[in-house]
Amino acid sequence: MGIEGHHKENFFSKYVFSLDHKMISKQFLITGMVMGVIAMVMSALFRIQLANPGESSSILGTFLGRWAEGGVMSPDIYLSLVTIHGTIMVFFVLTGGLSGTFANLLIPLQIGARDMASGFLNMLSYWFFFASSVVMIVSLFVQSGPASAGWTIYPPLSAVPETISGSGLGMTLWLVSMTLFIVSSLLGGLNYIVTVLNLRAEGMSLTRLPLTVWALLVTAILGVLSFPVLLSAALLLVFDRSFGTSFFLSDILVQGEVLSHAGGNPILFQHLFWFLGHPEVYIVLLPALGITSEIIATNSRKPIFGYRAMIGSILAIAFLSFIVWGHHMFITGMNPFLGSVFVFTTLLIAIPSAIKVFNYIATLWRGNLQFTPAMLFSIGLVSTFITGGLTGLILGDSALDINVHDTYFVVAHFHIVMGLSAIFGMLAGVYHWFPKMYGRLMNLKLGYIHFWGTFICAYGTFFPMHFLGMAGLPRRYYSNTAFPMFDNLLDINEVVSFFAIAGALIQVVFFFNFFYSIFRGPISSQNPWKSNTLEWTTPVERIHGNWPGEIPSVHRWAYDYSKPGMDDDFVSQIVPMKEGEEEHH
Amino acid sequence: MINVLIVLFVVVFVAQVVRIFEISNIITKTKNEVSDRSNHINGILLLLSGIGLLVFFFWQRAEWMDQTLQISASEHGPLIDNLWDTTMGLIIVVFLILTPLLFGVAFIYRGKENNQASYITHNNKLEFFWTAIPAVVLMALISYGLVVWGKIVNQDISDAMVVEVYAKQFNWTARYAGDDNQLGRADVRFVGGKNELGVISQSTKDSQIENLDKKIQKLTNDIKKSENPAEKKLISKRLEKLEKKKKTLMTYFITTPMDKLMAAEDDIITKELHLPVGKKVLFKFRSQDVIHSAYLPHFRVQMNCVPGTTTQFAFTPTITSADMKKELNNDSFEYVMLCNKICGAAHYNMQMKVIVETEEEYNAWLETQNQTKISNL
Ligand code: HEM
Ligand SMILES: [Cu+2]
Ligand SMILES: [Cu+2]
Repeated sequence: MGIEGHHKENFFSKYVFSLDHKMISKQFLITGMVMGVIAMVMSALFRIQLANPGESSSILGTFLGRWAEGGVMSPDIYLSLVTIHGTIMVFFVLTGGLSGTFANLLIPLQIGARDMASGFLNMLSYWFFFASSVVMIVSLFVQSGPASAGWTIYPPLSAVPETISGSGLGMTLWLVSMTLFIVSSLLGGLNYIVTVLNLRAEGMSLTRLPLTVWALLVTAILGVLSFPVLLSAALLLVFDRSFGTSFFLSDILVQGEVLSHAGGNPILFQHLFWFLGHPEVYIVLLPALGITSEIIATNSRKPIFGYRAMIGSILAIAFLSFIVWGHHMFITGMNPFLGSVFVFTTLLIAIPSAIKVFNYIATLWRGNLQFTPAMLFSIGLVSTFITGGLTGLILGDSALDINVHDTYFVVAHFHIVMGLSAIFGMLAGVYHWFPKMYGRLMNLKLGYIHFWGTFICAYGTFFPMHFLGMAGLPRRYYSNTAFPMFDNLLDINEVVSFFAIAGALIQVVFFFNFFYSIFRGPISSQNPWKSNTLEWTTPVERIHGNWPGEIPSVHRWAYDYSKPGMDDDFVSQIVPMKEGEEEHH
Repeated sequence: MINVLIVLFVVVFVAQVVRIFEISNIITKTKNEVSDRSNHINGILLLLSGIGLLVFFFWQRAEWMDQTLQISASEHGPLIDNLWDTTMGLIIVVFLILTPLLFGVAFIYRGKENNQASYITHNNKLEFFWTAIPAVVLMALISYGLVVWGKIVNQDISDAMVVEVYAKQFNWTARYAGDDNQLGRADVRFVGGKNELGVISQSTKDSQIENLDKKIQKLTNDIKKSENPAEKKLISKRLEKLEKKKKTLMTYFITTPMDKLMAAEDDIITKELHLPVGKKVLFKFRSQDVIHSAYLPHFRVQMNCVPGTTTQFAFTPTITSADMKKELNNDSFEYVMLCNKICGAAHYNMQMKVIVETEEEYNAWLETQNQTKISNL
């Protein structure tokens, strides 16, 4: 849509049914943040439960009402909270919230396009996301409780309502919500891919593309290839639940009755689920890695080290992520030889991941580091990516997985490598591009307080969980009191719960800073971080169509920071090559 | 009421914080920009947090390592533990190198107004090495891991003692194969009365058919007596169901070969798992409702129990419960089997006591379980 196409805007067309990618990006962000708060509060509540087994707690009573009669949470509700917490965090915050926000904001701005290829599909993508969020929230209020079979919804537990109360209406709503979500992510993903491939400004070759766009592009491709598989799994599950088919069910006896389902295989569902589920981990992670690549280069005032290796490792990770799903299923009774193949492919992913870490550190080396909150969160991401990634070498090794599969060791691993890294990347992105979204700056000091509080609490929460897992404590346990062997783990649990709750409270600082700065933050200059990428050549006012005049053409890659012979320590991508200047990368 | 007050309090509190914050901003006129000073402070904090992370790491190990699982009590356990130690050692070394490197570099190169960053885009030699070295190390690790995996899953099971582990919401049941070391056939459709595991045998069939016949007889009488047509319909429906069940049972029974029927007769159903030390067992896992996972952490054993299929795992226990108590200096220690796959509300409390004992003790115990022999049910 060109700028000349200015039609009258009213409240609805501007803020609600907006076709402008920048507004849609904000819609994704705010929705993701609201969902994030809900999921975070849930985790605080079930951590209170875990730290005070069997004790009555007025906080739980107040927050949960009939779910915690007398201040004691019931096992059903515990499992529901864990399930919805995981679902919201993975899908709504770190897929919809993260990709939705930054793909929408950055793709057109960084490739030099006036908007997405299809503004309408883009709007639809948001509204499907919104609808799916609403359905998920509504599912919290049904009489029999929300879905509670874990975010992985393995049948038969998720298929047979008699086996757990959450598998009634709650599970139906979960499936409806996820279906809407998948539609949203397909509409969004296709749009992102088409936009990157077709709408790049003149001179923006693929090897000049910022790594953010590379990461978002590959993420979109992963999503488009893997979400349909989850959709099919969900549909087959719906058939089994409601129409008497037996894809995943066989020989089941509940409440004295043998169900009529016969001949299905529950493990088939796991194959379908993890065929999405594993790429999903990288759908969550890659945008965060892209964002940090950009932020670390900018704030190191240095080119990203090994630009081509970075692209190569993104592609390698993306490819490998499709052939490792079996590492979630080593002990399902799967053929041991097949297990060996998955061990091999899984451990291979460590190579491109290691390359990325080395490149980040090499980028910092001999830089002139500007510690903005965004930069601090990016460095935090590199740290959690190292710490969490390393334990993947244990879980990917089938022989070792036997003893820690589904224990808190896994909870520690995926929270650190996926949860923390992606959340840090997302927060880094918010701090960095806030001026582009709202034309104002966030408060620096509050940003520092937020980062340091979050960083400390994050490690304090999740690092000790390794030890719980090494003691053999299974995940998704409502209480650790049923086994004497876990009796002395209570002090570890108290440490975890303390940091979890402190970490949740610290986020108040962020939310305050965010909303306060939208209205009262100091007005930003056009290019506050002295960055090279195209989004900083657009005016602060954020107009429809992004550039008031012609779209500028691109003459260099995004990482000419501190290039010798230049006047400044940054050179915007729209600055033509000087006489005799070489293009590096 | 208190809730309302709390909410009000929070709102007022936040409002006050905002005001103080605004005023202090005006007074101090701090520039909202990264400065040499803020870089310096954050650089130092990064250095400290790198050190802090390592201190935290060592503190946790010192404090909590003895609460993690101790020596393994199975033959393959040490294989896993050695692989674990090697891998863990490796990743700890990498962690101890990369963490100080990251935070150290961040500290050293903290920004200063007049500093200039170096324009370095890549370095092929360096990149080759840091790709090749991890690749080589990983290949070694993969090979080692797969050798161990192979030893665990490809055990010679020809003379293993066969035991079935049967999962349902929310408890475990074991079935010993008896003298012939052969488990009889079983199916959930055969579950009924005392035949909890749906074992198909002559005696379970007889007792169940007898039971069914009694019920059918009673319902047939009821139908004759009943005047109410609605009631009649209800009863005849139930009757139909029972007839169908009888038919299913008969079909199963007839299609089960004689030797399988005989194999079932001496099976023994127990609520505790007793294992003779030093003897290889082959666990066969079944589930009647949802997926469970039989987890025996002290033996480094875990396998899912999947409705509709049988899974298996073979291992040899090496330390008796009594010896383990001494080893751990804990008189109340017992081996357990836990459920480690979310299976419903009481997932957190689905357990079975496991006892490893000498061959004689084991045999003596098995004697006492005679009343739950299939032929005696
Ligand atoms: C706010 C801080 C967070 C805390 C304190 C927290 C805590 C926990 C804990 C203790 C569990 C395991 C509960 C159990 O197994 O019984 C859990 C599960 C989970 N969390 Fe978090 N978490 C947090 C943030 C996140 C984030 C950012 C993600 C995003 C990836 C995430 C994703 C998950 C998932 C996928 C599960 C598994 C749910 C399931 O078992 O079905 N969490 N969380
Ligand atoms: Cu995976
Ligand atoms: Cu279970």
